[in-house]
Amino acid sequence: MYPDATGRSLPRSALREGARASPEKEIRMSLSATTAPPSPAAPPSPDVSSRRSRGRLLNHLDVKYSPYLYIAPFFLIFGAFGLYPMVRTAWMSLHDWDMIGDRSFIGFDNYTRLLSDEYFWNALVNTFGIFALSTIPQLLLALFLANLLNRTFLRAKTFFRMAIFMPNVVSVAAVAIVFGMLFQREFGLFNWLLGFVGVDPVDWDGQRWSSWLAISSMVNWRWTGYNTLILLAGMQAIPKDLYEAAAIDGASQWRQFWQITLPMLKPTFIFVVILSTIGGMQLFTEPLLFGNGNIIGGNQREFQTLAMYMYEMGIVNLNTAGYGAAVAWAIFMIIAVVSLFNFLLVRRSAK
Amino acid sequence: MSVTTRRTRLAAAALAAITAIGGLAACGNDDDEPAAGEKPAKLVVDTFGEFGYDEIVKQYEKDTGIKVELRKTAQLGEYRPKLVRYLATGKGAADVVALEEGILNEFKANPRNWADLAPLVADHSKEYLPWKWELGKAPDGRLIGLPTDVGSLAVCYRKDLFQAAGLPTERDQVSALWADWKGFHEAGLKYKQGSGGKAFIDSITAVSNGVLFQQGSDLFYDKENNIIADTSPAVKNAWETATSMVDISAKAQTWSPEWSGGFKQGTFAATFCPSWMLGIVSDNSGAANKGKWDVAAVPGGGGNWGGSWLGVPEQSKYPKEAAKLAEYLTSAASQVEAFKAKGPLPTNLEALKNDAFLSYTNEYFSNAPTGKIFGESVAKIQPIHLGPKHQAVKENALEPALRAFENGQADKAKAWEQFTKDAKTQGAF
Repeated sequence: MYPDATGRSLPRSALREGARASPEKEIRMSLSATTAPPSPAAPPSPDVSSRRSRGRLLNHLDVKYSPYLYIAPFFLIFGAFGLYPMVRTAWMSLHDWDMIGDRSFIGFDNYTRLLSDEYFWNALVNTFGIFALSTIPQLLLALFLANLLNRTFLRAKTFFRMAIFMPNVVSVAAVAIVFGMLFQREFGLFNWLLGFVGVDPVDWDGQRWSSWLAISSMVNWRWTGYNTLILLAGMQAIPKDLYEAAAIDGASQWRQFWQITLPMLKPTFIFVVILSTIGGMQLFTEPLLFGNGNIIGGNQREFQTLAMYMYEMGIVNLNTAGYGAAVAWAIFMIIAVVSLFNFLLVRRSAK
Repeated sequence: MSVTTRRTRLAAAALAAITAIGGLAACGNDDDEPAAGEKPAKLVVDTFGEFGYDEIVKQYEKDTGIKVELRKTAQLGEYRPKLVRYLATGKGAADVVALEEGILNEFKANPRNWADLAPLVADHSKEYLPWKWELGKAPDGRLIGLPTDVGSLAVCYRKDLFQAAGLPTERDQVSALWADWKGFHEAGLKYKQGSGGKAFIDSITAVSNGVLFQQGSDLFYDKENNIIADTSPAVKNAWETATSMVDISAKAQTWSPEWSGGFKQGTFAATFCPSWMLGIVSDNSGAANKGKWDVAAVPGGGGNWGGSWLGVPEQSKYPKEAAKLAEYLTSAASQVEAFKAKGPLPTNLEALKNDAFLSYTNEYFSNAPTGKIFGESVAKIQPIHLGPKHQAVKENALEPALRAFENGQADKAKAWEQFTKDAKTQGAF
């Protein structure tokens, strides 16, 4: 109970009533002040009618065109930083282009040269090899972890979800440098551990398989948690009653996973696969730093990826910028083809 | 909804769009062209690493009243792409630009990007190491770079490890061990025996680097810039000398973690040191190893690794004053000052005879008279011709092939095949 000005006590409800009433009254007052009440007797003055038609025009413009204005910022930025560089790169790829010198139009020569370029195919094989080594175990592990985190009995869920995402926050360069140390030939942790089980030290960057393994371990470490969270979100969107019904029918946990979780998760899974594909095709920093910053990626290009080859041709070698641009477009087309393949898979599964 | 609020919204949206477009437009051209002959208020100098110009430009500012802005980039690897961008877009470059050996050679292929310094400065052609001066000229005869420093070679060695393995430790006796590369290999084998099988040098690419530059003939290109990597006797000699050292090598690639860690661990007892490398050796070895390193002469006498020039980009608005500043920074007095401040080795003949330079000793390296050692080594460097893509051939064809052989990934014949094949693609321009 609160005392009012006269000392009389008011019930709290009455006080609330008054507080709610006053703003409404204010609004009503302000409305009546700005818009004159229509008088049925007098016809609208010409001034008012012109104002009204102008209002209608503005209204029309607003409805028709303002949506374009709202989305314009995105398209302006996309045009400047997305579309223009792509078109420009395509234009460059049709030239013999020296970054700081002359350029001449040569049509599709760069692309035909690409087809017979041994090092381009080498980079393509490396990229797909590392991609397979990093994506397949990663997604399986992510699926397993997501399923674990989705269990109802798990305590401290938020903690685990955050913890699993932590590696993704660490900068790539730091990851690559630390892993580079772990995979050192002389003083590296992994060779030291291998020594305990009687395995000779491995020259990690000296062979294809070992360098691929080392690089994909960095990628796995960094992205497993990220994919786990996306898969977990997908799992939580699956209606609970499906599981209840299955449980009543006597389906085991395992069977529920295979016959409910996995099929229902397919669209999320495809999404994760597409993201991993794009990331895998553009792999650059990890292999570069793993090879001490050498752009050719290993003494015999054991782990030079497509993105590194593009950088070597387009940026490091000043006089082959046009060829580098052709490599860039080749990467773009490869990603497009792989994504299209994934898209067709989704469409089939949706039917 | 009242018309008023709608109109306000429309106005707000329009305003937002105009701001966005205006913001983009504001990124446009804001250059103000100076009147011809006007004295610049400020000149910009771009360098990488440490050139030791901080104090020198203060004197220049006092003398001329022109302000100098020093823009430093720590690593050459970050510096080069910036410079390439400035040249490719035609704007943003400094008035005076430091050009490292590798960069200079590839930029020479397009000399139009650089001002011809010959008409802008006095004739200094007789004042510098002749070969260094010649390298500053483009194929079309333009003078595009004034010499700054040189990466004259010496050998850094660990006295304590030498002693433990039964080798002499005095720098003159050590230099006497290896008058030529054969002697160096023998000393390495002796060390290996005395130390129970430890490696003597860091890598065989360090050896090839040393041999390449002391031969005074065409390397990967002939004088007409045809690629002759597979037939050049100088390259073959460097290849043979380097591959012969594989049994005393620690197989630690320069700049790799194995290599940096090796200084502290004592994985190798000797490495090739251009003068600018001394700071890197002491940093990698740490304060605990102070006084354990010393500096001796390089086998075969002379040798060079790195070194720079100062050039003036064609896009500079004040080419005349910029050239004068470059001239000032590369003068004998400035080169001695820079050496005392940060260690880049002079190329000016007068500076090389300077007492302050010759009497300089390095405390970390057992007080070795580095001024004298490097000064003597500089005089022995032979003039060489470096082709346009020299750096790319060396780094992306020769050295990977040598490392592949060193690590047992390829035998000698296969590795040579790899080199000659890659040299053709890397060397094309």
